[in-house]
Parts: sequence; C-alpha cells; structure tokens
Amino acid sequence: MADCKETLNELEPYIDGELSTDAKEHIHGHLDGCVDCQQAFEFHLELKAAIRRKVNNDELPSGLLMRLESCLKEDFDGDGNVGNPSDR
Amino acid sequence: MEYAPQLYSTALRMTRNAADAEDLVQETMMRGYRSFDTFAEGTNLRAWLYRILTNAFINRYRSKKRRPMETDLADVEDLYLYKRVSTMENAAGSLSAEDQFLDLFTDEEVKSAVEGLPDTFKLPVILADVEGFAYKEIAEMLDIPVGTVMSRLHRGRKAMQKELYEYAKARGLVDNRGDSD
Repeated sequence: MADCKETLNELEPYIDGELSTDAKEHIHGHLDGCVDCQQAFEFHLELKAAIRRKVNNDELPSGLLMRLESCLKEDFDGDGNVGNPSDR
Repeated sequence: MEYAPQLYSTALRMTRNAADAEDLVQETMMRGYRSFDTFAEGTNLRAWLYRILTNAFINRYRSKKRRPMETDLADVEDLYLYKRVSTMENAAGSLSAEDQFLDLFTDEEVKSAVEGLPDTFKLPVILADVEGFAYKEIAEMLDIPVGTVMSRLHRGRKAMQKELYEYAKARGLVDNRGDSD
C-alpha cells in the first residue's frame, strides 16, 4: 500500500492522466482509506477543470476569421493553386 | 479552421496582446496549410497545429529578450493553494465543495495568473492545464524531455496557485490572519 508521501508525489501525473493502470490502482488503494489525500486529489482535479473552464473562452475576432479565410483564397504557397493543398 | 478559436485563446495567453495573438494565429494557419503534406495522416491534427503555434511563438517573441531562466520563478511550497484553502474551510467549521471556492475566481483573474508566469513555465501550463495535452506531446512541442515538462509544470502550477491566493486575499475571499509566510 502506498503511503501519503508516495501518493502525493503522484498527484500531478494522476490528474494529468499519465499513470499506468497499475500505478492508478496503487494510488486508488491508498485514496480509499485516506480522506486527507482524497481531498487533496479532488481539489487539484477541480482546480485543473476550473482553469480550463475559465481560461479557454476568448472569442475569435471576426476580423481574424475574415483574414484567415481570404488568405486561403490566395495562392499563398506560390504553387499556382489556390487555398488548402488538402482540398485538391 | 475549427481549431482557430482555441489557437487564438492560447496565442492571447502567450503574447498577452490581441494584435500579436492575431498575427500568431494567422502565421500558424498559413504555415500549417503550407506544410500540410508533412502532416502524418492518422496522427493528431490539433497537436500538430499547436506544435506550429508554439514554435512560431518561440521564434517570434522569445528570441527578442533574454531567455528566461528557471531561477526566474521563486520556489513555492507544494500544495500551496490546497493547504491554505483546506485550513480555511476547516476553520469555518464546514468543508464546502472546493469548486465553489474556485468559482469565486473570475475568468480574468485565472487568465492573468496564467499569463503572469515566465514563458518557460507558462507554455507547459497552458498546454497541459488548458489544452489537456499529454506530457509526451508537450515534450515534442517544446523540444524538451518529458522529465523537464513535469518539473516545469510542477513549478509553474505552484506559482500560479500562489498568484491566485494573492488575488483571493486582495479581494477578501480568504482570511489571511493565519498566513505566516
């Protein structure tokens, strides 16, 4: 069974989904019996979710969208063809 | 074009400036289209575009100033925010849901806490916390080993938590009497 120190060392790889199934089971084995670590893990999962929610919501300026679209209508790569090479 | 809004959001965090962010997204999309034949079918298109964005940012903006050193970021205690928040909630006699506390932060505060990090730490934090990329993908984008991604993420996150706690104190969301350090 993992102890608190060992478990908290794995906190970040755990919340980032980087642990193997075995390593995760090892952590869950500890969390099931340790309220303190469980709360710490839940807090950091919530924190990561909150950052994602609050940071990734800027509106794309309409001018930029127009600029991007008009660029794709030009022969910007000089190959004699217009637009996205994947469309051809 | 479906990735343009995410790319713009990330570019805005990187450059902290709308005009620069627009230029960076345009450069990324154009480079992406131009080199589309180098994109390996069946691999992650979003990760590929982010790699282009990250490289464009580093080439354009980071070379202009001194390359930030690891030591530019003060060392912060582990579990910085959690330790303070959990003590506060216990003291109040109830352990309310952590997400309720986190919801007290405005979008602007969280954005500013991310943007305030030195680039060395900001990029891994954006790519992992906001964009949800795997360590291996981030390592490839930044051309650094996975272990370095993990250590920069660790230090960057702690610094960001400290900044958030400072905002909470400034707004009187937390009682700072018990804050000894």
